[in-house]
Amino acid sequence: MLDQSMVQKVLGAALRTGGDFAEVFVEDKRTSSALYEDGRVDGLNSGRDRGAGLRVVIGETTGYAHTADLSEPGLLAAAEAASAVARQGGTEPRIVALTPINAPRPYDVEILPETIGKAQKIELLKRAEQAARGEGASIRQVTAGYGDSRRRTLIANSDGVWAEDDVVRTRFVVQAVAEADTGLQMGYKSKAHTVGFELFDTIDVEEMGREAAAVAITKLRARPAPSGVFPVVLKHGSGGILFHEACGHGLEADAVLKEASMYAGRLGQQVASPLVTLVDDGTVGGGEWGSFSVDDEGRPASRNVLIENGILTDYMWDFLRARKEGRQSSGNGRRETYQHLPMVRMTNTFLLDGPDDPDEIVAGTPNGVYVAQLGGGSVDTTTGDFVFGMTEAYLIENGEITEPLRDANLIGNGPDVMTKIDAVANDFAMTPGTCGKDGQSVPVGTGQPTLRITGVTIGGTAGE
Amino acid sequence: MSELLDIANRIIGWADAGEDVEAYVVHRRDTDIKVYEGAIEELASAESDGVGIRVVSDHREGFAYTGSLDEEILRETLQEARDNASFASREDWVALPQPDGVSPADVDLWRDSLASVPTERKVEMALELDRMVRARDPRIRNVESSQYGDQLGERAVASTTGISSYDRSTACYLVTIPIAGEGDDSHIAAGYSVGREVDDLDLEAAVAMGVEDATILIGATKPTSTRLPVVFDRRVASSIISIIASTLDGDAVLKGRSLFAKRLGEEIAGPGIQLTEDPRETRAINAARHDAEGLACRPVELIRDGVLQTFLHNSESARRTGVASTASAARADFKSKPGISMRAVSLAPGDMDEAAIIAAVGNGLFVKNIIGTNSGVNRISGDISVGAEGLMIRNGQLAEPVRECTIATTIQRLLKEILHVGNDTEWLVSSSAGVTLAVDGIALSGL
Repeated sequence: MLDQSMVQKVLGAALRTGGDFAEVFVEDKRTSSALYEDGRVDGLNSGRDRGAGLRVVIGETTGYAHTADLSEPGLLAAAEAASAVARQGGTEPRIVALTPINAPRPYDVEILPETIGKAQKIELLKRAEQAARGEGASIRQVTAGYGDSRRRTLIANSDGVWAEDDVVRTRFVVQAVAEADTGLQMGYKSKAHTVGFELFDTIDVEEMGREAAAVAITKLRARPAPSGVFPVVLKHGSGGILFHEACGHGLEADAVLKEASMYAGRLGQQVASPLVTLVDDGTVGGGEWGSFSVDDEGRPASRNVLIENGILTDYMWDFLRARKEGRQSSGNGRRETYQHLPMVRMTNTFLLDGPDDPDEIVAGTPNGVYVAQLGGGSVDTTTGDFVFGMTEAYLIENGEITEPLRDANLIGNGPDVMTKIDAVANDFAMTPGTCGKDGQSVPVGTGQPTLRITGVTIGGTAGE
Repeated sequence: MSELLDIANRIIGWADAGEDVEAYVVHRRDTDIKVYEGAIEELASAESDGVGIRVVSDHREGFAYTGSLDEEILRETLQEARDNASFASREDWVALPQPDGVSPADVDLWRDSLASVPTERKVEMALELDRMVRARDPRIRNVESSQYGDQLGERAVASTTGISSYDRSTACYLVTIPIAGEGDDSHIAAGYSVGREVDDLDLEAAVAMGVEDATILIGATKPTSTRLPVVFDRRVASSIISIIASTLDGDAVLKGRSLFAKRLGEEIAGPGIQLTEDPRETRAINAARHDAEGLACRPVELIRDGVLQTFLHNSESARRTGVASTASAARADFKSKPGISMRAVSLAPGDMDEAAIIAAVGNGLFVKNIIGTNSGVNRISGDISVGAEGLMIRNGQLAEPVRECTIATTIQRLLKEILHVGNDTEWLVSSSAGVTLAVDGIALSGL
């Protein structure tokens, strides 16, 4: 993306005031998206964003500047701005030798979305919309969305790293709203992978439309969710976000090193049920949503076991936090765009399979709640308290899934819930998501097999 | 008048015969400083540009954006927007907005002084904030970070249909994130102060807010499930008011995605409840002279004496509905075509202060913090279920702290069951004003 000798010159300039580390992050991202809504094509959007971020580190202090001007004068100006935090000055210009990093690519892109005509993408949206509308007269409104992006990055730093990545992502979503005299209800289905347009060889957009509509229609007869503490069975692939939020964020080294995490200082301790093995893995193949070749600091993605059979084995690390502890980054340094500083972020975070049969877990639960889809959530990493929306949930009565429930929140405490998992099935599945932290959003995967938590607070309104 | 407007005018000058073009051009200068343990942790400074282009041709609309002002990329972006329009559905109501004759209010949101504050002074303020928080209370264990940030933003909108607007504003803030605790019990909170120039910032207020909020929940336990009246702290009430106002979005109404879609002219709130949007309110951080389509911002009465008066509209939802735009077009950034958003919504104040409201409620819950509003609010059904932390109210006094519980109701019920609105309106960091708010009939889920 940029000439190597120019990058060397920019790194040298960035170190001139005495910085002990400098980095250039170059990004060129193209996006395209389309919406089909109320039977019409709307919201066709295309974007191009290109620029570079310059980072200079001296001791514990980081200076950062970014520019959309990728010319040599533009980059040198950003290098000067970023290096203003280091004021020792007077050191001789350093020349950095750069060595290419060859990291395996956890995905192959067969069909670049940019080679596919817009008409073909719109056709997919129409098919999904019509399928959703066909599910019943109570469907009032359907929105289908298509999006793709191609993000090319180059990372070079004064440790000699020269790494490039080229990540293509494709997603498809359908949202349906149904109406009855009980009010309005919504159903939502999304598929998102780190692959090209071949995504549509493996997913059926019409089925997604029908599923979203069916959820909305089912929820029309939903009863208010109960209020209080209940056993909860999470359907496979429905609730990985709970472990991402309730546990994963507390295992990010930035929170740990500032003692803003309840998992600080607990390595080697039993922090979860022995049934729990939690992994963060940016190398997952098959186009998982959170996979990449190198992270946004030029470090190859890797597989990191965080909790093994309930024992806390490691945290997740980016360059700065790892440097502070004298260890290697775990490939978790990510940023939303070149305008952002990298920080510790998850990739694909999931619980491994256990021994149980999913149907038997439900059958073995006399009364409780079955969650088929969790919505967004958030967590206070200091206390571990979390909240999640249930967007598709059912009552379990006498070991059987019965009535649909209206949307309500689940609330609990992460460390507490991790110890209350008493059954884990063998039907692992992943779900794509977007993780927000300090104002930056990055694509992540979450996953889990069907499992049961012995008690979680459901924040419903039933019992009036 | 402005370099930005020149760029916007240049872009619309490239319009082909028979098409309309709108250019939205933004420029920002940002400084962000984070300190940790008495030293600078991060210092970031940046200037950035952005351009969003809308093309309407034969009643079809397309959009494209770029973060570059490079002439070749700008022309490529216009071409891409044009190409996108050719694939869009044709609708009679698709058109770019026209000037509507309303003049912008004379509000000044720009302070030259902010541009000339040396970085050293900004760093010193963040360090001072950090020192003050650490020294304030022995229960403060650590401070995750103390920050200073500022932004000088400019934006211009020009179109071949005659729109030409330019806005600029400055903002700066201090925020500290202390962690307080005793034994195994830790709590994190944020204290902040916001202004348009450095002299507006109140270090002491930020320290007091952060320390109070981090320490007040120490020893909190999980309460038992019940139904009770709730008093929302001003900052929490600001979030609640934003949630209510966000359901009055004219586009969501058209698309069958608002619970109030068919309720215009009906009583949706208790008697006496007034909800007003007025982006000319300079104390609101998102105040503006023009909306994101270049129309002059104006006051909009949303609820008068409990009766729903209007929805918020941009030019597209207004044309589809057959009404005038309320100049509520908004864009999160330059990367999307205008949506609809409030800028400065407030509930008309009542005559009691916080203590009087707590006394009047007698027994209930004082909510200091809510979490999970992104997942726990369904704007279609109106269901609300969010995580809450706060203090129980017993015999008219604040009592023991509670956490790890949820409060649930529906937006419809909440509006009907407002018990008291405080007299303590305060403009905070959001698009709605904070004011103490008491609501009856809330389901508390805990043990």
